Amino acid sequence: MATVPMEHGLILAATLFALGLVGLLSRRNIIFMLMCVEIMLNAAALAFVTGGARWGHADGQIMIIFILTMAAAEVSVGLALILRLYNSLKTMNSDAVSGMRG
Amino acid sequence: MNWLFYISGLIAVIATVMVITRSQVVHGLLYLVVSLFAVAMVFLSLGAAFAAALEIIVYAGAIMVLFIFVIMLLNPGAEDFDHATKLFAVRVWILPGILSAILFVELLMVLAKGVPAGLHSAAVNPKDVGLSLFGPYLLGVELASLLLLAGLVGAYHLGGRRFEQGENL
Amino acid sequence: MYKTLWLVPALPMLGFLILVFARLTKNQVAMVGVGSVALSTMVAAAIGWSFIASPPVGSTYVQPLWSWVDTGAFQAVMGLRLDSLSLLMILVVTFVGFLIHLYSTEYMAGDPGYARFFAYMNLFMASMLTLVLADNLVFLYIGWEGVGLCSFLLIGFWYSERKNARAAMKAFLITRIGDTAFAVGLFLLYFHFGTLNIQSILDAAPAILPAGSMLAWIAPALLLGGAVGKSAQTPLQTWLPDAMAGPTPVSALIHAATMVTAGVYLIARTHTLFTGAPWVQFAVAVIGAVTLLIAATSALTQRDLKRALAYSTISQIGYMFLALGVGAWSAAMFHFATHAFFKALLFLAAGAIINAAHHEQDMFKMGGLYKKIPFIFWVFFIGAACLAAIPFVTSGFYSKDAILQMVWSSSKGGLILWLCGVVGAFITAVYSFRMVLLVFFGKPQTQTAYRPGPAVKIALGVLAFFSLGFGYIQLPEIIANVQFFSHFLERTLPAFWGSVPNHAVEWALLIFVSLVTIAGVGVAARVYYQEPALPARLLENRYAAAIHNFWEEGWGFDAFYTRFIVNPFLWLVRINSGDVVNVLYWLIEFLSERINILLSHTQTGKTRTYAAVMVGGAVITIGLLVLL
Repeated sequence: MATVPMEHGLILAATLFALGLVGLLSRRNIIFMLMCVEIMLNAAALAFVTGGARWGHADGQIMIIFILTMAAAEVSVGLALILRLYNSLKTMNSDAVSGMRG
Repeated sequence: MNWLFYISGLIAVIATVMVITRSQVVHGLLYLVVSLFAVAMVFLSLGAAFAAALEIIVYAGAIMVLFIFVIMLLNPGAEDFDHATKLFAVRVWILPGILSAILFVELLMVLAKGVPAGLHSAAVNPKDVGLSLFGPYLLGVELASLLLLAGLVGAYHLGGRRFEQGENL
Repeated sequence: MYKTLWLVPALPMLGFLILVFARLTKNQVAMVGVGSVALSTMVAAAIGWSFIASPPVGSTYVQPLWSWVDTGAFQAVMGLRLDSLSLLMILVVTFVGFLIHLYSTEYMAGDPGYARFFAYMNLFMASMLTLVLADNLVFLYIGWEGVGLCSFLLIGFWYSERKNARAAMKAFLITRIGDTAFAVGLFLLYFHFGTLNIQSILDAAPAILPAGSMLAWIAPALLLGGAVGKSAQTPLQTWLPDAMAGPTPVSALIHAATMVTAGVYLIARTHTLFTGAPWVQFAVAVIGAVTLLIAATSALTQRDLKRALAYSTISQIGYMFLALGVGAWSAAMFHFATHAFFKALLFLAAGAIINAAHHEQDMFKMGGLYKKIPFIFWVFFIGAACLAAIPFVTSGFYSKDAILQMVWSSSKGGLILWLCGVVGAFITAVYSFRMVLLVFFGKPQTQTAYRPGPAVKIALGVLAFFSLGFGYIQLPEIIANVQFFSHFLERTLPAFWGSVPNHAVEWALLIFVSLVTIAGVGVAARVYYQEPALPARLLENRYAAAIHNFWEEGWGFDAFYTRFIVNPFLWLVRINSGDVVNVLYWLIEFLSERINILLSHTQTGKTRTYAAVMVGGAVITIGLLVLL
């Protein structure tokens, strides 16, 4: 049915991944950073689906399920940490949390 | 359905760019939802209908709602340090931009070195996914369930109210 | 009956555990401490009775206890082995041990460490009985180290005094030299025999250790090293005189009657190995002869009563080694048994004497105690008579005569070894009566109100009875055909193979040795009784004084070791006090600290930096993948 070349799908995935990375490295708001991580995970999922579709395997979609599971677990813990952080420091600035500086 | 892929892909990229450049968290979040919807469309165009549905339900639905809850709880609008330190200053973006650009180019080069892949064959229907999920990947499913449990316990522990008195982070 | 064999070592062990873990009153401590050994003695006696009445098949009974190690090729089955040799040992050890425990209830009564003392003593009994009953060398070695540990603990019993702690350490370290040789010998035997079961080794020895091969003399030589250390023979004898720092019952039990004879037992136990190596067996005889002379002359010049007895112990064990060396196995064990009785008697009596003399151990400051403590005098006199081997009435005479007869007639003995033994016998007679005369006669120098209690009297009385009477179970053939002992032991140990003794020669030897002994007593009486001023006058001569000092210092072995082993070692320790090797480790520490300081700068605490560094790593990795 679909006739998109696999390369195009992977290029899209790489683009999204790079954008997420830029955001992760440049934003200091910790919620933005978490969102950027989600973008990058999503890009990885896209790469899996592209590969799976190319070979007609179900494995790509199964990886999506695992990635979703992981993202859900990560977000729940990450957001809980953000709550704690904000409650104690009254800031969302990730640079402010540098008490472990060597 | 080529056009579906390319249009959705373009929307996804634009929405993602919008996400990382917003100064308001809620704006960024809404663009992220758009980006996720677009990626779901891309999945659909690649013949992965099941993945597309999961993307919308779990990612755009459940996880994003979680974000919104937290943003509402925290009300971070009062303080916007990214804005105060010139959100779009070159100094802030230059290094991450270069790093990401190099990575992007490298990925493309890896792609270019690979074997020409040809075109897609058949779509993968949800039945196949289900069969292999509870066949060869059963152990992975069990591990994923454990991971979720760990996430649940962790979130419950960290989100609980008992640390709040005299907490020192 | 034989099934109860395991109780013999287990009962003292149980006593030890009770004494360690339970809080008991003084009477209860005595009950447990003495009771466990008494029960053990009864079991041993019952076993002994049935052994004589209805011997087991082959005169050997083996009781496997449990399998300690079972890893395919290596199997160590812990078992007990009862034959006439180990039966003799357990009978003597439990019986003498029981009497000494009984004595200790009174002797140690005022000591704050009463329970600790009995706990150690019971542990010692358990270890010693394990040692003699073990059917394999690993088990034997456990007992061997166990008695070494108890010796250490009991020499240092009054550890708050530095001198005692040093003596304990010295004993432990010096015996360790021998034990190391013993352990190496065990490894060697296991390597070649594939087993450490004593009987299997003895059976296989002629095949696996062909006569004249290197291995055939290395293995017994290493065992001999262990025996020399434990039995305080030359050149490792220096620890025993210092070991007298422990309580007197300890000296009697461990350092006279039982533990120090473990080396004799070991050699008798593994006799096949020694007969397969004539040179090693000759070395045993030479060590015995040299030791008995060195120790006898040292005993002659001691001022301290207990040290004199310690040297005499070394000397008597030298006789046993001499007997082993010429193949007179049963004579050696006979002397072990009589020596256990009379030396325990002498030590216990010495304990009473020292009590009576207000803890004065210098014989020259005693004197005239004969009238004050007549009972102690008589038992000490009997002990000294046995030690001196007064003819025909003492057990010491019969056992020593047996040894000298066999040294004379054995193909492995000879005139020189025999002469050493005879000279030793003369000196022994002199120093035995020197002790008696110095302590009990002469001018009274101390006042005493000491009266021995019932426990002391019973223990000493029974020991005195056995010291006199035990000899009559084995008489020379020319006097009467009473040879219970050697017939009993020949079920396990090979019979003596010396040339058939000519009766006339035998009589001549016997009478000659008797005359020598009596001459020794006469000399002692003349020098120390009739002319008490004579020793002092002799010492005015420069050469005599030099010899006297040389002997008194134990032939300078201690000084030699201090000068050539201890001091060089201490010197090494001193120049290495900065620890050369430690500098290396210090460098490692310094480097890692520096690197740590460097790396800690990368710990900015900023999540974004970490992410950037990770991305940098990924960029480099993928870049390498792309470019290469």
